[in-house]
Amino acid sequence: MERLNPQSRRDPFGSRINRAQSPLLAYGLPWLTILLGSLTPWLPIIAPAPVLPPFGFMLMLAWRLLRPGLLPLWAGLPLGLFDDLYSGQPLGSGIVLFSLTLIAIELLEIRFPWRSFWLDWLTAGLILALYLAFAALLSGAELTFVQLTVIGPQLLLSIVLVPLVARMVALLDRLRLMRVRYLG
Amino acid sequence: MAPPVINTGPGRRSRSNKKAQMGVFAGYLVAGFGALLGAALLVISLLRPETFNGLRTMAADAASPAGEAGAVGRTQSQGFFEAVAGYYRAGSRNAELEEEVKIARVRLAEAEALRQENARLKAVLGLAADDARTVAVARLIGSTSSSARRIGYLSAGRADGVRPGMPVTSPMGLVGRILEVGGRSSRVLLLTDSESMVPVRRAEDNLVAFAEGRSDGSLRLRLINLGINPIKPGDVFVTSGAGGLFRPNIPVALATEITRDGAIAQLLSNPAATDVVVVEPIWQPEAAAAVRAPAPEAAEAPTG
Repeated sequence: MERLNPQSRRDPFGSRINRAQSPLLAYGLPWLTILLGSLTPWLPIIAPAPVLPPFGFMLMLAWRLLRPGLLPLWAGLPLGLFDDLYSGQPLGSGIVLFSLTLIAIELLEIRFPWRSFWLDWLTAGLILALYLAFAALLSGAELTFVQLTVIGPQLLLSIVLVPLVARMVALLDRLRLMRVRYLG
Repeated sequence: MAPPVINTGPGRRSRSNKKAQMGVFAGYLVAGFGALLGAALLVISLLRPETFNGLRTMAADAASPAGEAGAVGRTQSQGFFEAVAGYYRAGSRNAELEEEVKIARVRLAEAEALRQENARLKAVLGLAADDARTVAVARLIGSTSSSARRIGYLSAGRADGVRPGMPVTSPMGLVGRILEVGGRSSRVLLLTDSESMVPVRRAEDNLVAFAEGRSDGSLRLRLINLGINPIKPGDVFVTSGAGGLFRPNIPVALATEITRDGAIAQLLSNPAATDVVVVEPIWQPEAAAAVRAPAPEAAEAPTG
């Protein structure tokens, strides 16, 4: 008798016996990672100037560009609200910017349904530039030339980190669809 | 990667596609409503910044234990990086430091003499030494590192006696002032925030100025008496006590670059390098009352 291939019961998401994909993981992981990204102010970095990229926003962008339809169009409201609670911005700026970003990507997707890595990077870069500019504008601080010079390095760092975040989200996406053992 | 197809063609429009279109429309409607709601909240919080304090401080209280654990790691890792960096500039730094130590020794002797004289004179006058009193000792556990505002999170709150307006200092100098207070954590307006303004004077004489934050890690000193700008690079500025919020003589900044109406100054107490900070009571209670009454002014410095 021919021996079965030991890998025949497996696929990239794990064994298929007594294991199934969990809806909680599949739909919850993007939300969880974006919320964790919004908690960056609690990282033990006391910055004298804005240096860190807006990780919560970048993670949302990456999830949205990788998996259209996974985040509902209204996701900007709860995600932005949570981001506002910790980011130091006046409450509401995150809600507006996150919501408008999701709507903008939706409209962009109608124009460019098939996108490449480079187009995604360009999109993310442009959106990040707009986001940081408007976040500074809405921060309630008076805007001077100094602030523009402060945003510059932050924007560059954010744009450079976009592929890295996209890669991380792609890894998390595989984790998201992993089969987990169920009982019964 | 492709989005779900909504309409398969001009002639074919099935019932389910109509349903999908309605779903898409509803999605836009809800998202647009969300954006509008956010805009309304934004306008409210820009006009009345204190409106959502409760919400924010509750959220900060919830997340502070994790931040506190991280703060311990921060001070340790900082020591590690400094140790590594130290090897690279050991030689030149050594020569520089020896020179500084020589000068400092002389200054120390002078200061010691002054201290004794001071104590003697105070004893003659019958003055009690009313130096730093302490409300709470806490850690800076985080800061808004990706926003244009410079606000730090502190691991002490109302339960420790912290109230809005209280100065926050480190052994190196002034760090900022309490902005909002939660149960176990509070938000600190750091000196470098562009809304922060501190009345200061030059340490060696009574040249008074305002220190404004520039949100890039430095301060802008603005002289009150305009005229010939007497500031030299290297001048140290301390709080003047004007306004009654900060007690006098807390070190604030070191002038590095002279401008037309003042100077650009570097913070003496870099919040990134401070581990434990001290919350002090408001120096003059009358100022405390003034801070408490009109809440929007709490974010701005008392002038005068």
